Amino acid sequence: MKRVVTALAALALAATACTAGNQAAPPPKIEPSATSHEPVTIQFWHGFSADNELKAFADTLAGFKQKFPWITVKTTKAVQDDQILQAVRGGNPPDVALSFTTDSVAEFCKANIFQDLNPYLAASKIDATTLFPKVIDQYTQYAGKRCVMPMLADAYGLYYNKKLMQGNPPPKTLSELTELTKKLTVRDASGNIKVAGFVPSSQMYENAPIHTSVMVGAKWTNPDGTSAVAGDPQWKKLMTWQKDLVDWFGYDKLEKFRKGFGDEWSADNPFEKGKVAMAVDGEWRTAMIAADVPDLDYGTAPMPVADDQADRYGAGFIAGTVIGIPRGAAHPEAAWELVKYLTTDTGSLVTLSNAIRNVPSTLPALQSPDLKIDDHFKTFLDIFANPNSVTLPAHINSVFNQQTLQEAQIKWESGRAPSLDGVLADVDKKINDKLKLTAGG
Amino acid sequence: MVTMAFRRRAQRRNNLRALLYLSPWLVGFSIFFAYPLISTVYFSFQRYDLFTLEPVGLLNYRYFFKDDATWTSIKNTLWLVAVMVPLRVLFGLGVAQLVTRLKAGAGVFRTIFYLPSLVPLVAGTLGFVYLLNPSTGPVQSILGAVGIQSPDWFGDPAWSKWGLTLLALWSIGDLMVIFMASLLDVPRQLYEAAAIDGASAWQQFFRITLPVVRPVIMFAAVTGVIQTLQYFTQAMVAARVASGATDSAGSVFTPGYPDQSTLTFPELLFEQGFRDFAMGYACVLALVLFVVSMVFTVILLRQFRGFAEEEA
Repeated sequence: MKRVVTALAALALAATACTAGNQAAPPPKIEPSATSHEPVTIQFWHGFSADNELKAFADTLAGFKQKFPWITVKTTKAVQDDQILQAVRGGNPPDVALSFTTDSVAEFCKANIFQDLNPYLAASKIDATTLFPKVIDQYTQYAGKRCVMPMLADAYGLYYNKKLMQGNPPPKTLSELTELTKKLTVRDASGNIKVAGFVPSSQMYENAPIHTSVMVGAKWTNPDGTSAVAGDPQWKKLMTWQKDLVDWFGYDKLEKFRKGFGDEWSADNPFEKGKVAMAVDGEWRTAMIAADVPDLDYGTAPMPVADDQADRYGAGFIAGTVIGIPRGAAHPEAAWELVKYLTTDTGSLVTLSNAIRNVPSTLPALQSPDLKIDDHFKTFLDIFANPNSVTLPAHINSVFNQQTLQEAQIKWESGRAPSLDGVLADVDKKINDKLKLTAGG
Repeated sequence: MVTMAFRRRAQRRNNLRALLYLSPWLVGFSIFFAYPLISTVYFSFQRYDLFTLEPVGLLNYRYFFKDDATWTSIKNTLWLVAVMVPLRVLFGLGVAQLVTRLKAGAGVFRTIFYLPSLVPLVAGTLGFVYLLNPSTGPVQSILGAVGIQSPDWFGDPAWSKWGLTLLALWSIGDLMVIFMASLLDVPRQLYEAAAIDGASAWQQFFRITLPVVRPVIMFAAVTGVIQTLQYFTQAMVAARVASGATDSAGSVFTPGYPDQSTLTFPELLFEQGFRDFAMGYACVLALVLFVVSMVFTVILLRQFRGFAEEEA
């Protein structure tokens, strides 16, 4: 029996080693350009699910079919990153996969979950540096590998309700935002908030530090991937401003008010319901307002900036949807044709942008006369083109870093942390320890 | 000599036959227990992001001792074990006592108390967070009418674990049923004899009821501890809903909201392995959970053996 157990253990260990070996196998070599016009069907997984999005996608894919009649695209909607990862691990990935978040790009590239597209770009004679705005480079590449391409982008700015603003122009500095917030906030006799000028809490829907850091130009990481949070005085400036304004509301009162908000992605959104006069949000909200409350009289503007950084006004946070060819894709050549079409074809990008009101992600598409532009949407196109606009560069621990800082922000603004310096130092320690664990940094 | 050789051959044949009979179990054991366990030990010495492997020696084990979140999750899980499990046992026994003594409407009350345990965990948790919402929840509306401000059950770290405990007590039906079965097993004559001897209700409970239901209490306690060591869904859902985090780019959800006060050990394990791609470290956490659960399982088995001997 002892021998049997030993043999089983050895077998299991051998199987373990084999599994690991398979996982670490390099991606298969593939031709970087389409050479065959044999009929082929490719699988395309994406995360879109709303009816208008699906229709826009169907229209765009119809354009692709016209251009590449031998390629049939079979789509699967509402797919999350987890499903893509499992499919790649299981050796049965789609030919093309789309991700709504840029948070996993570093891991996608590092572990070869998505194939490096640089050889494809070279073969297709596409110069990514002139086709895309520079900021996009930072969230589609990691360690020299461009494993995803941008397909539409998101830009973040400030929405303001003109009626609630009482004739005041949108704020350009944090001091103006503070002043307006206090002026526009309405409370009842018990001090409960009825209308907030602006909700400064980092827990408010789109107030995550990744978005609000743009207001002060705060830096997340150093070039070696270690944390720059405690060392950058801009974080202290942002969090002190937030805490002061939260304290003015009263944390408990503000939380009670915030917890009465409806779903962000429905017509119950507090900005659409007129519960807040100003809110940070993405360009997609313009389409949602048009659908939910077309009569809402509102405006859009860049986010205000720190008082001593007036020259940075106009910048915003940029991110976007990314698309690539997973490792082990069955038809990489046809897959590349679809990726190329969806990410570089001006007509395709403009069709999608007009339908779902995301920012087109190439410079030619931004200039296209077919792009529908109104005053609300134009703000976001300007933010996207602004050279001071920033993104969160791909980082191996992107989600962890954001979570750690946001957790610290909540602790600080709620008054549950004794010192801001201590909170920020703790953020640095956690981010750096995690980097050693996952990347050996 | 011939006899010895014959015996040896017979013994070998017997061993082979036993092995053959055992083989289905051995195959299952190897595939579903031995292989995953050995793999977990192997991966715990690797930097493993689900796709690539790199030997890192004891790095993952060293991180275990210096990661604050790990120790916070251990403390939270132990709090739930120390508070939630005893409360559930006491409440389950109390409710079972009540519904077994009811003269009228017992069926209705049994159904009312049992039904919550049939509600899916996610739905039940969502409903609870909604009920206890300090702004729009009906509980606050009722308390507010009499001038009481309800705490922010799932938004205040001082109350969040108590909120989860309330949720666990609400779905007490599973324990109530086994306690009821045990209580109904107590011979009525014992109570009647005790009553004639002048025993009070408390004396009857401690001298008659408790000794009979003791094995069931022990079973409920030990299985409760093992279940609580794996506590995941309710904590994850409650934190997600209470935080208001959405599924948009840039909006990240932090398990354990608020301030990691509801972060449990299995949640941390899941986050490390499947969100942070630190599967090597997740394997260390899995091994720790395995060892601790194993200790409680051994206690359970020993207790059962003790009861069986007592019964005999």
